[in-house]
Amino acid sequence: MKKLFSSKVLVLLMMLLLLVLAACGGESEKSSGENGGSDSTETDSGGSDSSGDKGGDSEKLVIGFSQVGAESEWRTANTKSMKAAIEDAGHELKFSDAQQKQENQIKAIRSFIAQKVDAIVFSPVVETGFETVLQEAKDAGIPVFLSDRAVDIEDDSLWATFLGSDFVEEGRKAARWMVEEYKDEEGPINIVELQGTVGSAPAIDRKEGFEEVISEYPEKFKIIKSQTGEFTRSKGKEVMEAFLKSDGENIDVLYSHNDDMAIGAIQAIEEYGLKPAEDIKIIGVDAVRGAFEAMADGKMNVTVECNPLTGPQMVELIEAHLAGEKIEKRVSVEEGIYTMDQAEELLPTRKY
Amino acid sequence: MIKSRLFWPILVLVLILLLNLFFDPGFFSVEVRGGHLTGSLIDILNRGAPLILIAIGMTLVIATAGIDLSVGSVVAMAGAMAAFVVSKPGLSDDSLVPLFTALALAIGLSVVAGMWNGLLVSRIGVQPIVATLILMVAGRGIAQLITNGQILTIYYEPYSFVGGGYLLMLPFSIFIVAAVLALALFLTRKTSIGLFIESVGSNPEASRLTGLNSKNILLMVYIFSGFCAGIGGIILSSNVSAADGNNAGLWFELDAILAVVIGGTSLMGGKFHLMGTVIGALIIQSLTTTIYSIGIPPEVNLVVKAVVVLIVCLLQSPEFRKKVLGGLKSKANRDAKGVA
Repeated sequence: MKKLFSSKVLVLLMMLLLLVLAACGGESEKSSGENGGSDSTETDSGGSDSSGDKGGDSEKLVIGFSQVGAESEWRTANTKSMKAAIEDAGHELKFSDAQQKQENQIKAIRSFIAQKVDAIVFSPVVETGFETVLQEAKDAGIPVFLSDRAVDIEDDSLWATFLGSDFVEEGRKAARWMVEEYKDEEGPINIVELQGTVGSAPAIDRKEGFEEVISEYPEKFKIIKSQTGEFTRSKGKEVMEAFLKSDGENIDVLYSHNDDMAIGAIQAIEEYGLKPAEDIKIIGVDAVRGAFEAMADGKMNVTVECNPLTGPQMVELIEAHLAGEKIEKRVSVEEGIYTMDQAEELLPTRKY
Repeated sequence: MIKSRLFWPILVLVLILLLNLFFDPGFFSVEVRGGHLTGSLIDILNRGAPLILIAIGMTLVIATAGIDLSVGSVVAMAGAMAAFVVSKPGLSDDSLVPLFTALALAIGLSVVAGMWNGLLVSRIGVQPIVATLILMVAGRGIAQLITNGQILTIYYEPYSFVGGGYLLMLPFSIFIVAAVLALALFLTRKTSIGLFIESVGSNPEASRLTGLNSKNILLMVYIFSGFCAGIGGIILSSNVSAADGNNAGLWFELDAILAVVIGGTSLMGGKFHLMGTVIGALIIQSLTTTIYSIGIPPEVNLVVKAVVVLIVCLLQSPEFRKKVLGGLKSKANRDAKGVA
C-alpha cells in the first residue's frame, strides 16, 4: 500500500514539472503572437479610414506579407525591415507569420486575396506546392512578390518578381576582394575554405562564385584545403585546428562561407599562436554583428554582406510594378562588402 | 593478447593514427607553443573530451540494458544554462562567483534532466528509448528557450578556462575527463556498484528478488549520464565561448552509442567496458580529425566514417573473424597439403 502511494506522489510530481515546462512554452507562444500573430492576419498600420476604398487613393497601398517564421536573427531582421519599410512609405501592412508551416502560409495568402490587398509579398516555407494558391492570386489580379526564397514552379507568370540574395555573387565578391588585396604580390597564395552545410544552396553557390573568380588566376591562388564546418562556430574551430596542424604557416587566406565559422576559426588561429587577419587573412560572408566586433578588434579582414534589410527595395519594386513599369523577374538584393577599417564606425549601426 | 576485448579497438586506433603519419610526417610531433603543448594528438584528446565523457555515462546506462538518447539535448541545455549566467554584460573578469554559479546551475540542470529520465524509466516503467526520446526532443526546445533562439556569445574570461584553458601545459578538459573516468572506474570496479549495474542489466527481476534495489540503480545511472552530458556541454560551450541551442551536441547521442559499441559493450546490457568506451570515443575523434587533415572531400566524409566503423564492428565479431581468418587458415592448409 505504501509503495502504491509513493509512486502516485511521484507521478503527481512529474505532472507538476510538466506543467511548469508547459508554462514556459506558453509564454514563448504568447510572445511570438505579440510579434506577429500566429496564423490569423493582423493589421499593423494605423489609418483605417482609407482601408475601405482601395484604389481611391493611389498613393496608399495595402500589402500582405507572409513571412516564413522567426527562426534566426537574420529572419527577425528581415521581418523588421519589411514592416518598417512598408509603414514608412505610408502603406498599410497585413502581416502573417507562417511559423514554418506551408499550411499557414497558404491560409494567409487566401485571406489576403479575400481582403483584396494590392500586393502580396511572401517568403515561401518550401519551394513547391504553391501553384493553386498563386493561381488564385493571379485570377484575382493581385501581383505576388517573392522575398528571399524562390518557388519551384514552371509558370513564371504566377509571380511578379523574386527579390533575394545572389549567393554566387557573394562568393565572387569575396574572391574579388582577395584578388585586389594580393594584386602586388607574387603567388602562390594558399587558401583554406570552410564550407557551409553540405548540399545547402548558400554553400554550393558561395563556393561556385569564389572558384569562378580565382580560376582566372590558376597559378597564383590555390585552395589547398576545403572542408565543411556546417555553418557552426564549434565545427569551424575544430576544422581550422586540423588545417593548422597539417598546413600551419603555409595558409595565407581563410575563406569561410559564413561569419560564425570564421569566428570559431579565429579562436583556433589565436590558440595556434598565429595572428588572425595578419598571418592569415580572413574573409567571411553574412556581415553579422559578431563579424563587425571581430573586425573592430583587428581579427578579421572582410565580410561580404548577405543583407536581410530588403524592405525598402521591396517597396520600390511593388510601387514600380503597380505603376505599370516593367520589372525583372529576378532582382538581387543590394549588398555591400565591409572591411576592417570600416568596422569600428559601423558597429553601432548594425541591426543584427 | 588477441583474446583481450581491448585488442581490436586499440589496433584500429593505432592504424588510423599511423595512416595520418603516412600523409603528414609531423603528425605525432608534439611541440611547445605559447607555453603549452600542441599537436594533433593533443587536439584529438582535447576535442574528444566531451564525447568521452558522454560515452562514459552512456556505457553505464547501456550496461543496464537501457539507452539514453537525450544526452545531445542535455549538452545543449547545460551549455545554454551556463552561457545564460555568464553572458550578462558587465561581469568583471576578476570575480569567480559567476563562474561557479554557472557551473552549479548547468550541472544542476543536467542532473535534474538525468533524474527525469531515471524516474520515467525506473518508477513509471517507460521503455528507456521512449523515455529519453522525450527529453531528446524537449531538451533542445528548453535550450532554445534559455538562449531565446539566438547564439549567446560569452565575453567573460574565466569561463573559457574550463574548455579552453591549460593546466601543466595540457588542455584542462583532459583533466576533467581523467577525473570523471577515475570516479566511474572507482565506483564500478572498487565498490559493488559495478556488480549491481551488471546484475540489473542481465536480469532486473532476479536482481530484485536477491534484494537489490534495482529501481534506484537505474535511477542512478541515468542521473550519472545526465551529469556527464552536462559537463560535456559546459566544455563544448566554454571552448568556443558561445552557446548555440540549435546545434550544440547535435547527434552526440549517436556518436556516444557508437563509441560504447565499438568499445565492446553489448547493447543487450549486463557487461560493460569503460576503457573500451574511451578507446571507442578516441577512434571516432581520430577519424574526424584525420578526415579534416588529409583533405577528404566533405561530400564523402560520412561514407568514410561509416566504412571504418563497419570494419571495427566486423573485427569485433568472433563469428566474422572465425569465418574470414578461419577461411584463410583452412585455405592455407589446403595449399600446404597440395604442395606436399
